[in-house]
Amino acid sequence: MILGLYNYWIVVVLMMVGFYIVIAHGNLVKKIIGLTIFQTSVFIFYISMAKVDGGTAPILAEGIKQFSNPLPHVLILTAIVVGIATTALGLALAVRIKEAYGSVEEEEIQKKDNLDC
Amino acid sequence: MKDLLAVIMLLGIYGLLSASFFVVMDAVDVAFTEASVGAGISTLLMLVTISMTGRSEHPVRHKPLLALAVVIFTGGLLIYGTLDMPYFGLAEAPIHQHVAPRYINDSMQEIGVPNIVTSVLASYRAFDTFGEVVVIFTAGIGVLALLSVARRRDDATKIESLNMSMHEKHLILRIVTKILIPFILLFALYVQFHGDYGPGGGFQAGVIFAAAIFLYTMLFGMSTARRVINQSLTQLLAAIGVLLYGSVGVVSLLNGKNFLDYSVLATDPVAGQHLGILLIELGVGITVASIMIIIFFNFAARIEDQQNKEN
Amino acid sequence: MLAHLPILQVIVPLMAAPLCLLITRPRLVWLFALIASGLAFLISSVLLQQVMTSGTIIYELGGWAPPWGIEYRIDQLNAFLLLIISAVSTVVLFAAHTSISQEIPTDRHTFFYILYLLCLAGMLGIVATGDAFNVFVFLEISSLSAYALIALGKDRRALWASYQYLIMGTIGATFILIGIGLMYQMTGTLNMDDLSRRLPEVAQTKTVFTAFAFVIVGICLKLAMFPLHLWLPNAYAYAPSIVTAFLAATATKVAVYLLIRFTFSVFGLSFSFTHLPLQILFLVLGLAGIFVASTAAIYQTNIKHLFAYSSIAQIGYMIVGFSVSTVAGLTATLLHLFNHALMKSALFLALGAVMYRIGTTQLNHFQGLGHQMPLTMAAIVIGGLSLIGVPLTVGFVSKWYLVLAVIENGWWPVAVLILLGSLLAVVYVWRIVEMAYFKPALAGTETIKEAPLSFLIPIWILIIANIYFGIDTRLSVQVAQAASQSLFGVSP
Repeated sequence: MILGLYNYWIVVVLMMVGFYIVIAHGNLVKKIIGLTIFQTSVFIFYISMAKVDGGTAPILAEGIKQFSNPLPHVLILTAIVVGIATTALGLALAVRIKEAYGSVEEEEIQKKDNLDC
Repeated sequence: MKDLLAVIMLLGIYGLLSASFFVVMDAVDVAFTEASVGAGISTLLMLVTISMTGRSEHPVRHKPLLALAVVIFTGGLLIYGTLDMPYFGLAEAPIHQHVAPRYINDSMQEIGVPNIVTSVLASYRAFDTFGEVVVIFTAGIGVLALLSVARRRDDATKIESLNMSMHEKHLILRIVTKILIPFILLFALYVQFHGDYGPGGGFQAGVIFAAAIFLYTMLFGMSTARRVINQSLTQLLAAIGVLLYGSVGVVSLLNGKNFLDYSVLATDPVAGQHLGILLIELGVGITVASIMIIIFFNFAARIEDQQNKEN
Repeated sequence: MLAHLPILQVIVPLMAAPLCLLITRPRLVWLFALIASGLAFLISSVLLQQVMTSGTIIYELGGWAPPWGIEYRIDQLNAFLLLIISAVSTVVLFAAHTSISQEIPTDRHTFFYILYLLCLAGMLGIVATGDAFNVFVFLEISSLSAYALIALGKDRRALWASYQYLIMGTIGATFILIGIGLMYQMTGTLNMDDLSRRLPEVAQTKTVFTAFAFVIVGICLKLAMFPLHLWLPNAYAYAPSIVTAFLAATATKVAVYLLIRFTFSVFGLSFSFTHLPLQILFLVLGLAGIFVASTAAIYQTNIKHLFAYSSIAQIGYMIVGFSVSTVAGLTATLLHLFNHALMKSALFLALGAVMYRIGTTQLNHFQGLGHQMPLTMAAIVIGGLSLIGVPLTVGFVSKWYLVLAVIENGWWPVAVLILLGSLLAVVYVWRIVEMAYFKPALAGTETIKEAPLSFLIPIWILIIANIYFGIDTRLSVQVAQAASQSLFGVSP
């Protein structure tokens, strides 16, 4: 069973590394980096699901009979684009926050907000 | 790790490694996209950001025990979930028995395009791809709404003199870049139109096209780049790309068929599919290239703006 | 054209958005956006009529049959939500031109309308589709535009609120993506109807259980269900007033729709409520949300924050109705979806009018406002009465149905708790009333005028709707009941 599932377990570990960085770190850019790692690991999960032993890339050609599943590929193409869109927006927010607060550290921003109230 | 520059470099490597992994997993289109978007654009944007927000991270003062607990619980749940999964690579897994076989077996007759991923992306599930183009358009508008800077005329001359002195130093880079850029642009066009037969298509082409522009901008400066690429034209092109995609669907509606049904676009349904796919991929390529350029230019303009304020 | 209504519902605002870039004058952009939203509203009313008379409408995109292609599946539940979203969007947009002239810099106005239309199209797309991955794509469209819209707020805290919402929202969306992936892996399909047929055979596997857990948690993050509600108060308080009015009435409703759709239609009633102790879990979390949020609302000094916490409490009511898992309980939840949208859009729009006139929504600045802005404050009072659940308002109707459903199920203590929650609402509404009517006006505020017509008209349309639908409940109850019955598989 381990041989059949080990790659999924590695992917889960990668996902959790990304997830941990997002929730545990205070630097806004680091959080976005964590989010990117989290999302990329989900892509790896989908793609490894699609692989068929002995198959090749899903491009029809002479003499090839066995193909890997094209549907997860399509889904992940979309998901990659969604990921970069989120990253771009998040980074733009980080830049604006730096200009407005003078810092991109969560603790310092919260301190400044508490002083305001 | 406290140095964000190092972390971003490692992230870029992670992206490239996953792209190579995708190749090994037979996902060539995905690998192409991940390499250009995930390893390329993502890294670039993050580097531009930390040039404005600071290179190092402050250490966290409190111990993140709750975060650790949540992560371990989530990871544990996921591993629990993998225990009943079909084994990796098994051809008898449910996903290879349902839905996918038709794509593999029938797409040649129904759509006539060798790259099955393109036929699923651009025809069977074309509406998802439309949503995807809209997502990237939304992100571009969001970045514009957040970061766009109103430009004043007198800044241009100040910046120009600054840039001219910089360029004298990078003679080799300038010459090599000038030679490379036309080939990169040509490659982008090749990827755009060859997506039916090999890995490629609108997204990858748009990103590569934008990358050529970035290269030019990085070496020759924003002011020169602005004279080459008109900002309002780029915004217009971004909108036109989305509208082109949608219009193909509307044409189908006007001809009595459902949205994005390409069979009505030509006398022969398969030719109609070809035409439909060509047009929408073009729309995708135009929008992606324009939005990437807009995003990059706005980030760079913000740096300029900050430098001006300091002077 | 009638046959193509399902896709036109989403395409009209979706393609209107990039078209805005081609128009140069901001006032024209506003009119254009208003027309697009109005068309969406017209389409949704026709769709609702069609569905109520002839049943579920199916539309195959690209001409490909599902599960190889994507389909739009409009039943009573969807149609109801499409109506709510497009109606609120149009009414709120009416006041947008005036409101954002004070809250957003002029060069950003066009972007505002584009993002607004994209958010509207995204939400309509989530509701109308019958394909799980399509849900994810349109969820991201509406979320990304929402993050950008919130960040347009004047206060710098809007940026921070938007960033926090971005992080939490993306984690939620990624969880949903993981869940969809796991479901796909076990069944091989992405179509929701097809999934509902194929999931029962693999329902006992650990993978499907995990998929269910991830999808539900992801949706609950978007729902702002206690304890995953932390992003909501700041996001609603610091966003531009129009954005708050629009999002408060629609964004969380769409998440409730997703919750209902995934538990009832995809995973199936028997699976969803027997595998996990979902009933008890949601009941407890729903009640906790009501009490924690209502209590927090009482202590707020900023009225926008107050109503934001009140929204979290109202979502708690919807979750309680959902946890009863009977036709009556679900009808109550759907009714509250409709009614809360009416209440909160009116209240936040009125707050927008106050913001427009006095530049702040701090409670202490509300002193004497009852006499200076009588129509606006009257609207807030009636909206507040609706929140409490006073008879003759829509708030009463949903609370009534909820208490009935709970009692029918034998849960007497829960009914008592629901009524206690209403008492808490009395406390925080009274704070505003006291400040506005029973305290003298602040010095230097004699020049405050009533809100302009562009605000008063939409506010009072919504308030009158609050009262009208509180008295003539036929439309909302009939649709909610029909939707609830069809989800439970009971013929009406």
